[in-house]
Amino acid sequence: MIGIVDYGMGNLLSVFNAFEYLGTEVMICKKPEQILEVDRIVIPGVGAFKDCIGRLKGEGFVENLNQVVLVNKIPTLGICLGMQVMAKKSFEGGIHQGLGWIDADVIKLHPSENYKIPNIGWNEVTCNQNTPLFHGLPAKPDLYLVHSYYMKCNTEKDVVATYEYGHKVTAAILRENIFATQFHPEKSQDNGLRILENFIKWEPECQKKD
Amino acid sequence: MSKKRLIPKLQLKTSSFDPNRMVLVITRQFNEVIEIGDAVSQAKIYQDQGADELIFVNIDRVDKSIDKLAKIIAKVSEEIFMPITVGGGVISENDFRTLLSNGADKITINTAALNAPDLIRRASEKFGAQCVVVSIDYKKEGQTDNYRVYTNNGTVKTEWDPIEWAIKCEELGAGEILLTCIDNDGMKTGLDITNTEKLVSKISIPVITSGGCGLANHFSDGYLLGNAEAVSAGTFFAHRDQNFMQTRSQIKNSGVNIRIYN
Repeated sequence: MIGIVDYGMGNLLSVFNAFEYLGTEVMICKKPEQILEVDRIVIPGVGAFKDCIGRLKGEGFVENLNQVVLVNKIPTLGICLGMQVMAKKSFEGGIHQGLGWIDADVIKLHPSENYKIPNIGWNEVTCNQNTPLFHGLPAKPDLYLVHSYYMKCNTEKDVVATYEYGHKVTAAILRENIFATQFHPEKSQDNGLRILENFIKWEPECQKKD
Repeated sequence: MSKKRLIPKLQLKTSSFDPNRMVLVITRQFNEVIEIGDAVSQAKIYQDQGADELIFVNIDRVDKSIDKLAKIIAKVSEEIFMPITVGGGVISENDFRTLLSNGADKITINTAALNAPDLIRRASEKFGAQCVVVSIDYKKEGQTDNYRVYTNNGTVKTEWDPIEWAIKCEELGAGEILLTCIDNDGMKTGLDITNTEKLVSKISIPVITSGGCGLANHFSDGYLLGNAEAVSAGTFFAHRDQNFMQTRSQIKNSGVNIRIYN
């Protein structure tokens, strides 16, 4: 069973519908205790970082998330803001502490040329072909992004996909059982659905050992 | 750089035969309205043909029910996995929330933004700039070179110049502008490239331009001469004899960095 964390922000329905469409069991976790019942976690998110972490803390999700993600190490997917919130800190509208699962900062896109911000649209994302989550995709699939901030990782090997927007932008990260994307797989048509399908089947190395 | 986007616009109104149902329509200069079919099945066709996004707008002048609109969007989002922009009758943050929680990704506001510009700021702070799309409908002032913004589906004239208004919208926190030239709407004679190009050079948020596409090279002009990030069209795609994929190839061949769907 996949659990989608509902902390009262963002478009959960699209993510929920995408998993339903793929024929998998999925539930929306409105209460922190529901997180303990599922074997895969999805953290979606659209909006501002401060509200996102504030609600995760305020609604009491953080403790259970830390338990299932960091201790039980169940497969975890963060999408867009759900990815960014995994960082140590964000510089969006002040400085805010994140969940701290990934050694990274969330900073504003900083292209030197005349690029538009937010970046809205389809971009050719260069994916690490050895990543099981990208199985069956072309080397540079078009994926849909909409964001002004991005995750700048301090550990280069956590980054498994990037795209160019005047500078290199982190498009996806993978660390043990945590996979997260800046792009929206649930909005990226066939390429995106393929990634979600891969996530449903994914058995992280760290989990296989025990 | 993001690829240029090609966006079918699905205009809706309450069916003249069934008040509980919203149907797909096409328009000409915002006046003549022709009912042409079902929005959900048309959206599926667009998805199969590789549209980059979809815009749904309720253009009914009487029935502005957000719930009715939300119902259609909920249905669409069960099967459509691409970005969806929704609008028509949105006047409050609550309307934003209703549509977003039913599967919309971005909300377009038009009349309400002009009546109460503060809505742009509040929605942008609450839901993020990326989901606030201000739709600007404008028309030429008689024989002059002046243009004015219109509200209420092009029926009420304001004193705003479209470029000035767009700059104001960006200041207030809009994430994108959907520009529509009323004079060109449904005429298939081409986009208003002059004003598109002028607007794109004045603001730093993305511009979707629309109104007037009748040929593949009208789209190309919008991207290459107008410098728009996206071009939207309703009438053009709604006519079944237009092949979406062929249009896209023609646009690509003219040198536009656009996605080719495989």
